[in-house]
Amino acid sequence: MNGNGSEANGALAVSMRDVTKVYQMGEVEVHALRGVSVDLEVGGFLVLLGPSGSGKSTLLNILGGLDVPTSGQVLYRGQDLTRADEGELTRYRRRRVGFVFQFYNLIPSLTARENVELVTEISEDPLPAQEALDIVGLADRSSHFPSQMSGGEQQRVAIARAIAKRPDILLCDEPTGALDITTGIQVLEALERVNRDYGATTAIITHNAAIATIADRVVSLADGRISRQHVNETRAAASTIQW
Amino acid sequence: MIPALDRKLLRDLWRVRSMGLAIAVVVASGIALLVASLICFDSLETTRDRYYARNEFGDVFANAKRVPRWVAGSLDELPGVDRADTRVVAGVTLDVPGTSEPVNGRLISLPDSGRPVLNGVTLRSGRWPDPGRAEEAIVNERFAQGHGLDLGDQVFAVINGRRQRLEIVGTALSPEYVYAIAGGDLLPDPTRFGVFWMARRHLATAFDMEGGFNDISLSLAEGAAPEPAIAELDRLLEPYGGLGAIPRAQQISHWYLQNEMTGLRGMALLMPMIFLGIAAFLLNVVLRRMVAVQREQIAVLKAIGYSNLRLGLHFTQWAVVVSVLGGMLGIALGALMSAGMLNLYMEYFRFPDLIMRWSWAHILGALLACGAASVLGAAAAVKSVVRLPPAEAMRPAAPDTFRVSLLERLGLKRWLTQPLRMVLRNLARRPARAAMSVIGIAFSASIMVLASAAMDSFEELMQLQFNVVQRQDVTVTFFEPEGRAAYYELASVPGVVEVEPLNGASARLRNGNRNRQVGIQALQPDAKLQRVVGADYQPVRFDRTGLILSRKLADVLGVAPGDTLRVEALQGTRPERDMVVSATVDDLMGVSAYMEPEALRRFLSDSATMSGAALGIDPAARESVYAALKGMPVVAGVALQHAMLENFETFVAENMNNTMAINLLFAMVIAFGVIYNTARISLSERSRELASMRVMGFTRAEIGVVLFGELAILTAAAIPVGLGLGYSMLAGMLAAYETELFRMPLVTEPATFAWASAAVVGAMGLSAAVVRHKLNRLDLVEVLKTRE
Repeated sequence: MNGNGSEANGALAVSMRDVTKVYQMGEVEVHALRGVSVDLEVGGFLVLLGPSGSGKSTLLNILGGLDVPTSGQVLYRGQDLTRADEGELTRYRRRRVGFVFQFYNLIPSLTARENVELVTEISEDPLPAQEALDIVGLADRSSHFPSQMSGGEQQRVAIARAIAKRPDILLCDEPTGALDITTGIQVLEALERVNRDYGATTAIITHNAAIATIADRVVSLADGRISRQHVNETRAAASTIQW
Repeated sequence: MIPALDRKLLRDLWRVRSMGLAIAVVVASGIALLVASLICFDSLETTRDRYYARNEFGDVFANAKRVPRWVAGSLDELPGVDRADTRVVAGVTLDVPGTSEPVNGRLISLPDSGRPVLNGVTLRSGRWPDPGRAEEAIVNERFAQGHGLDLGDQVFAVINGRRQRLEIVGTALSPEYVYAIAGGDLLPDPTRFGVFWMARRHLATAFDMEGGFNDISLSLAEGAAPEPAIAELDRLLEPYGGLGAIPRAQQISHWYLQNEMTGLRGMALLMPMIFLGIAAFLLNVVLRRMVAVQREQIAVLKAIGYSNLRLGLHFTQWAVVVSVLGGMLGIALGALMSAGMLNLYMEYFRFPDLIMRWSWAHILGALLACGAASVLGAAAAVKSVVRLPPAEAMRPAAPDTFRVSLLERLGLKRWLTQPLRMVLRNLARRPARAAMSVIGIAFSASIMVLASAAMDSFEELMQLQFNVVQRQDVTVTFFEPEGRAAYYELASVPGVVEVEPLNGASARLRNGNRNRQVGIQALQPDAKLQRVVGADYQPVRFDRTGLILSRKLADVLGVAPGDTLRVEALQGTRPERDMVVSATVDDLMGVSAYMEPEALRRFLSDSATMSGAALGIDPAARESVYAALKGMPVVAGVALQHAMLENFETFVAENMNNTMAINLLFAMVIAFGVIYNTARISLSERSRELASMRVMGFTRAEIGVVLFGELAILTAAAIPVGLGLGYSMLAGMLAAYETELFRMPLVTEPATFAWASAAVVGAMGLSAAVVRHKLNRLDLVEVLKTRE
């Protein structure tokens, strides 16, 4: 899986068709997704843009096998995720998906390296934990606990943890949302490198439009529908963006 | 209109209701035990005191060989004495129709006119004996019930070899026989000991007591000490074969009752303290977690002007509501339990009527104890509420700091998976909480051990007594010391295969102003049946001259080997001599002094020193041996090994299951309360971590390891602590209950430890199952969005 995201060959990692999601929130029905179709190309770098409440988190959760749609179809390399049971979804997440969260979600009782090992211990062909930390530039912080690291460092550990299993798909939910611009850019650079060097299909959701410039493809969501979709002719380097 | 903060309180109570309930049940158990013990104690005390007062139970008791009637007049003059009563009392062998075994009986005289001055008899059915009719008698109720005897039925007393017919005209109770136990027995056997009251003139005739008496009871003026009266009474009775007076405290029925009540009082103090202490710990843990979760809320409340006092009170209220609810439940349960316990007591202790008594002061005290436990439990949480500055609280709490745990630093690290490291580091981060959880769970194991090991020890005492110390089938006691003729008479009974003479003499041992009346037993060096056995379960080898004392007796008299005692024989020519204590022996039943047979004979200067005999009999000839014994004039009492063993086994069967079930229940309440709350708090603290792991692809079973691994480690650590604690508590209890009547050996069967461990593991499994349900419902999406 060594390829360049901008030269995607068109094979699909995930394909979503006419996906809707309706939540029951107390006494009201919330239509989080109202018929969304999105494809994730193998090795591609997708940014999902949208304000809060637009349905982008729901979309990410469905892509990651954390949630199932109310209707529509989600295919992972031909496997229908909408029909998968709890155990199959767990296996899907375990083998195929790497998650990066807004609030890092590191295990506070484990060091940086152990947080990565938490995942490599249950993976079939993982990267060595130290190598994963190396990729995000934290080789020298491997024995620090989360409480001893800055937010940016913690998020890069989370990325190392997500990529160590060599995921097919890397899903990031507002990965820079809790960070200042300098550390935010370091995190985006790490994601960029992982996508470029390891070919992980990457999807980032954010409400920060500036981040969209580093993607192959940008999908904008509003009120549960796709409002706009475009392909970037050239991807900007993460180091160049401003917000 | 409920203030908003109180509405929050109600909703908080509802939200964490399962944890609150688990704590309330722990409180309820403790309070139930407290209330039940107190009600039983108060009821027994009131019932006893009223009964004693109404029936004028004596304060001092004595018996002698034969005292001429004119001496009775001077009894009233003894120091401190209010009233005196004299009786004729005789131990006999009874022949009860339908029972082949000889039964021990006691015949007690009733005044020919009027009723007894002291130790009044309460008629339960039938009528008083007609003084003109020699055969009429009333019998103690329990004996009648034990044998199914009705009014008009007959039993036979063997008096001087003659069968004397006794016709039952009534049943009765007496304060002297609340606990009707024959001397030397450990448990009352209603079929083996009968007390009969009959007209004095006929009893006196039968026992050659006309114009005399052999039993004295004194009541004392209010506030008078018994010692001066006892000293004077002993002096007065000495010429008439006085056997030494005893105060009420040593009267056997009263002693057992008192012993039981002391135990109740101990239970009323110790057990509730354990339960309330654990409840306080659990309240502390839950409240601290609640404060941590509600950091922002507390800050907002402070920011809008709620005072520290009001907020501190708010969290204390939660604890108070939980424990007072538990307390009220406990009071109701305790009242129910006390009824059951009192019923059980009434099986063994017989009163004409039971006065249920409870005091509001005790109920109030129970509620105050709950209040104290809740305030204690809330203190740490309230302190952290007060300390929280409003501004800081609006920011999320700093991330928890962790370090590599000790086990890992010791080199185990490479063997541990990350989830196991998480478990160890979480435990190591709050060592005090982990330690308290371990202690809490350990107490539950210790309660199990204590209850069942007390039974083990009692059983061991019985086994030791029946299989190692007394290996005879029958023990016969004589009215008077007998010579060799009695030995041959017993040996010639067909079916008696072995006769071992029991040589003993009644004596008073005196060290300064401490004294005890005991039997001095001659130690037969080659004894096979009745032996003296020490704590090592080996027969005591008698290779010294001088006096060997039961260790307990040496303690009571305040002597050690090498010290000298004044020994006064209470029979024959009543010789007195100073003797050196040569050794002590850790025997378990009664207290005795032991001497070499020849030395005892020389001391008494009497050849007739055989006070009874131990018999080995052919089981096939049991009936004929019993029949022969019933007819022997010299025989005053017959103790049957198999009857004692059966009675003991019945007692164990009747009480063991109940005791075990109740203790199992209490132990489970504690274990569940501690483990369940630990698991819930752990889940609350780590739901985010666990959800993150689920998102990363960990299965439910795999994250279960993180949560339940902690419980397993705490439980595994608690079990040995609990077993050790239970063992030490048992040792303490047995030491505290060491009495002159019996000492229980400290014994625990492996099964006891296994059961206690299994109960705790069971409670863990139950808690884990309940929490697992919550774990399975973890909302993966929701938990990732929110920041702790």
